[in-house]
This record gives sequence, C-alpha cells and structure tokens, in this order.
Amino acid sequence: MEGTAVQRRLTWKVATVAAVTRETPSVRTIELAVPDWPGHRAGQHLDVRLTAEDGYTAERSYSIASAPGEPVVITVERLKDGEVSPYLTEELRVGDQLELRGPVGGYFVWEATDTEPLLLVAGGSGIVPLRAILRQRQRSGSNVPVRLLYSSRTLPDVIYRDELDAYDDGISVSYTLTRAQPPGWTGYAGRVNSALLAEVAWPADKEPLAYICGPTSFVEAVAEGLVGLGYQPGQVKTERFGASGGR
Amino acid sequence: METLDGNALAGLLAEVFGGEMTSTVVTCQTCGFTAAIAETVVYSRLPGAIVRCRNCTGLLMVITQIRGVNCVDMLGMA
Repeated sequence: MEGTAVQRRLTWKVATVAAVTRETPSVRTIELAVPDWPGHRAGQHLDVRLTAEDGYTAERSYSIASAPGEPVVITVERLKDGEVSPYLTEELRVGDQLELRGPVGGYFVWEATDTEPLLLVAGGSGIVPLRAILRQRQRSGSNVPVRLLYSSRTLPDVIYRDELDAYDDGISVSYTLTRAQPPGWTGYAGRVNSALLAEVAWPADKEPLAYICGPTSFVEAVAEGLVGLGYQPGQVKTERFGASGGR
Repeated sequence: METLDGNALAGLLAEVFGGEMTSTVVTCQTCGFTAAIAETVVYSRLPGAIVRCRNCTGLLMVITQIRGVNCVDMLGMA
C-alpha cells in the first residue's frame, strides 16, 4: 500500500559468537556477528533459541547490551536450573553459532533525542539495557544528566564496574550492596527503599524519565517508591525478569 | 511461578502481529486499568504465553502455540 512502511519480517537468523568476556563468576558478555542486522535502539532485546538434538526448543529474550551502531552484544547471567543461560554462560565458545531474532521491543527504549534528565535504576543483571542507554548517550553526544542507582548483592556481583566507574561528565553512579559490603565501603548498603530513592532520584519537578530494570519484586518496589516521590506513571518505564527468566 | 512482563513477549507478538506491540496501550475488560502491553504480567514458560492485568490479574490474552501455529485469544481486552 502506498505510504505504508514496509515491515521487516522477523525471522530467525544464525549468528556467530565473535567474542566472550567473563564479567562475574556467573555472568558473561557475548558479542555476536549477525548477518544483515538491521540495527537496534538502546534498550531493545533479541530472542535466542536453542534446539536440542531431539528437537526440543527453548527461547529466551535478552536485552542488548550495546549501543546502536556497535556490534550486537548480550550479557547473560547463569540461572540455577536455567534451560538456556547455563549453555550461554558456560558452554558457548567463540566461533559457535547461535539462533536468534531481533531486535524486538519498543517500550523500554531510550532515544538520544530525549531531553529529560535520566534516572536509571538497576537490580542485578537489570543493568544490561541501562548500559546500552548509557553507551548510546555517550556515542550520541547527548548531555542529558544521568543518575544511575545500581543494586547488587555484593561488590564482585557488580557487572560492568570498570566501565561504570569511568563515567563522569553528567553521569553519577551510585551503588547499593544488599548482602555484604567490603571494608571501607562508601556506597549505600541494603535494599532500595523510599529513603534511598529520595536521596538519589531526581526530584519529580525536574520532569525526569526513569528506567527501572530488575527482578519483578525489585521493579515493583522501586516503581512504587518513585510514584511516592511524585513521579507520574508515564515517566517511569519498567522491565522485569523472573529468577527463572532470561536477560 | 515466576512471572515476566510484556517486554519479554516482544518477539512472539511481533511474530503474531507483524510489528512491535509492547508499547501498545490496552485496557483491561475486568477492571478498566490501562497500561502498555510491556507492563502486563506474563507467564511465558509455556508453549505460548498468558498475559494478565497488573492491577487486577484479570486475563487479557492467551497465546497458544500448537505445532508451530500461534492461536491468539484476546479475551480480556476492552
């Protein structure tokens, strides 16, 4: 039809593992060479499909960890009893092939043309799509001020720590460690609650845009806390994953 | 049972509807709550997925996959 955008059909493709990086004992970053990758937006996902010899298939959705224009990268946390993540984090080697489709999703997405101050709140591997947003901000030359609050169990569980610590210039990074803190720890301790959000989050009158990603209970608690601070539902974007889920 | 949210269905919904659907705002027929599909409660460890309202847990949509065919029942969306 005239005037109608041609819709790209979503098809499964075979990607090749170009590089793997160990982030923490249970988390690995995988760079993929994907033929005819159409490009992605910061915060989008891709679906991975594994097929067993007997034909059984398992699909999981993973956030893309890289900025638009960068090679396709996912960061995967190994989950106990997971069907897909143990393979991705332990077995997959450079040169191996992997079936995927994407990019998908258009909700939990940030555009470099967005001008609102950014509040990014991550629980555990919920940092992955937020890392794509941070990288996109840097690559695009955007100067929106950013506050990142990242909740992890312990300091060694923090993913991308060197990269996050290197940010300055308009990006403030705060960590809270929920299970154990190293001696001399100057960051926050304990779970994200209303008091911590009141201290770290932009005041609602700055009209910020908030992105929360983490386990379901974490996201619910943070979203509720932000609404308590006067954030409007339309200013808060959320993405949840279960302990048995992907991403 | 662990739940995800509608973001995790982006691929399946694009396969079924031919485009990005997770930003689409839907209204729950049971309680009238309005939210993007991304915000819904999703049970996806099935051959298909069940989508429920985050406000009242009312059933919004069931996608069943049978021998490679997706059956979509949007029974609870106003």
